[in-house]
Amino acid sequence: MSIIYAVLFLLLAPIAGGLIAGIDRRITARMQGRVGPPILQPFYDVGKLFEKEKVVVTSSQNFYVLCYLVFIALSGALFFGGGDLLLVIFAFTLAHVFLVLGAYASNSPYSHVGAERELIQLMACEPIIILSAVGMYMVTKSFYVADIAATKIPLILFIPGLFAGFVYILTMKLRKSPFDLSTSHHAHQELVKGVTTEFSGPTLGSIEIAHWYEAIFLLGFVYLFFSWSPVIAVIAIIIIYVFEIFIDNTFARVKWPLALKSSWLITAVLGILNLAALYIIGGLLK
Amino acid sequence: MDLLFFLILFPFIAAIVLLLIKSDNVRGAVVGVSALLIAAVSVWLLAAYATSGTVFFPVSPEPMGELMFLIGMGIALFILYMGVRYKNYIAIALTIIQSALMVYFEFGISHGVVPENNFFVDQFSIIMALIIGIIGSLICVYAISYMKDFHQHHPELKDRRRMFFFIMFVFLTAMFGLVFANNLAWLFFFWEITTLSSFLLIGYTQTDEAMKNSFLALNMNLLGGLAFAGALIWLATTGGGMELDKLIATGGIIALIPAVLISFAGITKSAQFPFSSWLVGAMVAPTPVSALLHSSTMVKAGVYVMVRFAPVLQGTTPGFMIALIGGFTFLLASAIAISQSNAKKVLAYSTIANLGLIVACAGIGTYEAIWAAILLIIFHAVSKSLLFLCVGTVEHQIGSRDIEDMSGLITRMPKVALMMLIGMAGMFLAPFGMLISKWAAIRAFIDVPYGLIFVVILAFGSALTVFFWAKWMGRLISVTPPVEDAERRVSRTEWLVLSFLAGLMVLATVLFPLISSYLVEPWLLAIYGHVTLLAQENVTIMLIMLFLLMVLPISMLYYKKDHRQLKPYMGGMTTTNRMHFTGAIGIDREVTLSNYYMENYFGEKIMSKIGIPLCITLIVVMFAGVAYAGLVH
Repeated sequence: MSIIYAVLFLLLAPIAGGLIAGIDRRITARMQGRVGPPILQPFYDVGKLFEKEKVVVTSSQNFYVLCYLVFIALSGALFFGGGDLLLVIFAFTLAHVFLVLGAYASNSPYSHVGAERELIQLMACEPIIILSAVGMYMVTKSFYVADIAATKIPLILFIPGLFAGFVYILTMKLRKSPFDLSTSHHAHQELVKGVTTEFSGPTLGSIEIAHWYEAIFLLGFVYLFFSWSPVIAVIAIIIIYVFEIFIDNTFARVKWPLALKSSWLITAVLGILNLAALYIIGGLLK
Repeated sequence: MDLLFFLILFPFIAAIVLLLIKSDNVRGAVVGVSALLIAAVSVWLLAAYATSGTVFFPVSPEPMGELMFLIGMGIALFILYMGVRYKNYIAIALTIIQSALMVYFEFGISHGVVPENNFFVDQFSIIMALIIGIIGSLICVYAISYMKDFHQHHPELKDRRRMFFFIMFVFLTAMFGLVFANNLAWLFFFWEITTLSSFLLIGYTQTDEAMKNSFLALNMNLLGGLAFAGALIWLATTGGGMELDKLIATGGIIALIPAVLISFAGITKSAQFPFSSWLVGAMVAPTPVSALLHSSTMVKAGVYVMVRFAPVLQGTTPGFMIALIGGFTFLLASAIAISQSNAKKVLAYSTIANLGLIVACAGIGTYEAIWAAILLIIFHAVSKSLLFLCVGTVEHQIGSRDIEDMSGLITRMPKVALMMLIGMAGMFLAPFGMLISKWAAIRAFIDVPYGLIFVVILAFGSALTVFFWAKWMGRLISVTPPVEDAERRVSRTEWLVLSFLAGLMVLATVLFPLISSYLVEPWLLAIYGHVTLLAQENVTIMLIMLFLLMVLPISMLYYKKDHRQLKPYMGGMTTTNRMHFTGAIGIDREVTLSNYYMENYFGEKIMSKIGIPLCITLIVVMFAGVAYAGLVH
């Protein structure tokens, strides 16, 4: 494990994540025929949130959001520190459970519905994330991010099915349409903000920062699929992200059953076929 | 030696005493003192035998064997009587067949087979003894005040508490006997006592439903018992010997046939599909019974024997079928748990699911899988006993066991709610035990042939698990308008037991590297010659996570201080105090929130329709596989 990378992640990820969010908003605006805000707008927004009055429905909700932020940052730090990928995934799940609990705590109708949907999304995403890690292990023989990142094998050629499944749920994780069910970045999707309805001021700011951490972690995960060549990896990340923005702007939100069914179907078909193929190839090579 | 006999015999003596005592106070004292002694001696057993590997205790089979046979026949007569009285012909038929097999075994073939080492203790027995001795006795202590309340809540039921505590302690005796027995015929004797005890405890209230469900449990377990008896006869006729340790060391087809038969008995006892319905039905019994059946006894007896036979099952077709039964049970039972709002049913399905995972590990049978299986047994026992007892306490205070009625429990019963949250976190969240075990299971499955099937099952199954636990947690922690504090009436013994178990949960998570390196790893090394070593840095990270989880709540002090409190948002309307809003034409409406249960996707009927035929097929293939192997041999 490399502590330096972990610390660098903790310090730099919010900056990078905020910048990406700024660029995202700019590109989105251009796609919609608007000029869009300055690139630094997300930082201004969060800065402003931290100056707002501290208002809560119940004080415990802030505790859950704090845990969400801490564990998202921790799972990202473990990831960039080169730790065990499965442990990273479990810490990541723990973090999201805290966000859901924060939304439940306020016992408000809108955040309650948001929480249920966030949980459904969690359930929809979990299998393919675990299977991706398993696929990476089968090729590189290691669960450690450090080993997977250092591999000379072009992983993407061995696990394209898992990659496709991962990109599918990435839309959910980045809270992009058509899967921005639990809360959306766009005002046209919903009037009330789902899982984040009852959070305001610094607490909402913390959720935003956690989201930046999360985005960088997820893009780091995409990197692993291409890690044999850093240049290609960076290009892939840019293409994937722009693709996600494009999808975000061309689809309307779907209902939760479709989100759950489609992602599980894709996981089941692509994931299992891909792993089965790997297993057979592994057997032939022996 | 003395410790072993104390653990087997003392609960039985306590049981007899409890049968005779009429006074509530004296009964309470006897239960308390006996429980303390049993727990203390289990810990003493750990201290005495933890480092000594496998120790055998030669006990002369005369007159113990004869005595067991006579008691066994007595039990058969009792079941026949009950079967006739309640007109349950399946129970009668199964008992007659089994008794005939046992008479044949005793008089026809068992002579000549004279096992020497009838009892033994090794690290795995010690772990089981600790679970039975500590968690089992804590549940008995909890039952003192629970059963008193129970009869106050249900004046229409006959007070049979003497009988109740008698069986609870007999259960402990049987479990201790089961985990220390090296002679398989003796193990079977204790096995049948657990079947009988659970039958009597499930039928405790003697209502129609209770009797129906107790017979369901009895019949399914008798069917398993039949297979077990078949294994004994096979061993006696082929000269395989009755000693568990020698049988496992021998391996091969001689061991595989009894291993599969006994595993079938294990599948019935640990309530895998298609036999899951008895455990779900068992929730009609008073809650301490459920806690006992689910955590430290009964179902654990089923997985215990399967883990014992794991080295024999490893890499065989029948073993793989057993693993598949466990795997599918894990997946489907987890799905069913989503659709249930009855707290005890959710717990029941979660137990079935986790046992499924243990069965899958046992069927795979590699040392990595068994490492995961034993950890699952330990952590599941602690979490599940805590959760059942919490639900019992909540039910007595709020009068419901429905999850929706537990909304805002954190304001009404803050301490119990907190303990429930700890128990639930223990079931599915990092860094607690069950998750560590699932993680270990993934790693174990990856490296075995066709193990990917189980990896996929586990990936989907854990997603389901996260969903049903987290939404239940959400109900508990939602902060509802304050109502009266329902916690003051909870008795002191219940507090004592609940806090102890919650502490044990956290302690087990902190100490699990020690449990692994001092008990599980040496045991695996002795049997397989290999061990799984934990990566030190992962242990450190998990401890950091646990530390954070314990420290972060301090932030609540700050958040309580300078935050202005508002009402939840209700769609633009002014909200009044208690979750009301002004609807159209000025009507005052109340808001009620409830969880998603997704009946259409994960309903009990839909899942059972898949699970039961699937697992019956797998059982058929399992037996076909072993028959084929026998013929080829």
